[in-house]
Amino acid sequence: MSDQPLSIFAVSGRAMSAQLVRMNTTASNLANAGAVASSPETAYRTIKPVFRTNFDKASGMATVDVENIVTAGSEPTKRYDPTNPVADKDGNVWESNVDETRELVDMMETSRSYQNNVEVMQTAKSLIVDTLKLGK
Amino acid sequence: MADNSLFGIHGAALEVRGQRMGILASNIANSSTPGFKAKDIDFQKALRSASSGGVDGAITGATMYRVPLQPSLDGNTVDLSTEQTAFAENAVQYQTTLAFLNGRINEVTRALRGE
Repeated sequence: MSDQPLSIFAVSGRAMSAQLVRMNTTASNLANAGAVASSPETAYRTIKPVFRTNFDKASGMATVDVENIVTAGSEPTKRYDPTNPVADKDGNVWESNVDETRELVDMMETSRSYQNNVEVMQTAKSLIVDTLKLGK
Repeated sequence: MADNSLFGIHGAALEVRGQRMGILASNIANSSTPGFKAKDIDFQKALRSASSGGVDGAITGATMYRVPLQPSLDGNTVDLSTEQTAFAENAVQYQTTLAFLNGRINEVTRALRGE
């Protein structure tokens, strides 16, 4: 796919995949909000995808790919909770520090971007079909 | 394509509209990529140079970076409402060009049939 010139469907389709990855990371972050672990290393940290533009010289178009997924956000917080079954020998647990408001805002932006790309694809499809029907 | 007397300017116009659709789709696809600079084709300029030369060169010469209304902190210059408006406008104009072409094809077909 990468050695072919980009089509408008590839541009929108790959952007949709990238937004879907972003939606998945948001879902993981929200699902693990407030999850506790017995050490700071094993505690959940917020994950975020890194978007990178993919230029195509042949067609002059540009799509977007997910370069990698990184951990971001603040460190897990230590909380004294000796009755917790996962507490360490000192009675501490580490709670993941997911910013839920930020995740929800991200989710809204992701879903709008996804919808925009779907709209672009539908318009492009109907225009190409109209072009094929030229003269009929 | 420039001196194609059958379709006149509309052949080149359709090509430029098609390319512009791709550029605007790229902008919308990269609406959340940090550092992405939105581009657009100056349709009039592209069409003017397409009528004196090739369409490919005309498009390259008329593609320019968009001046953002309000640049964001991450260096992205895609303004989603501007892009959506331009995309919708371009789609309607593409269909208009198709209608012109269809009209011309019907005209020539009728003339050939001797109706």
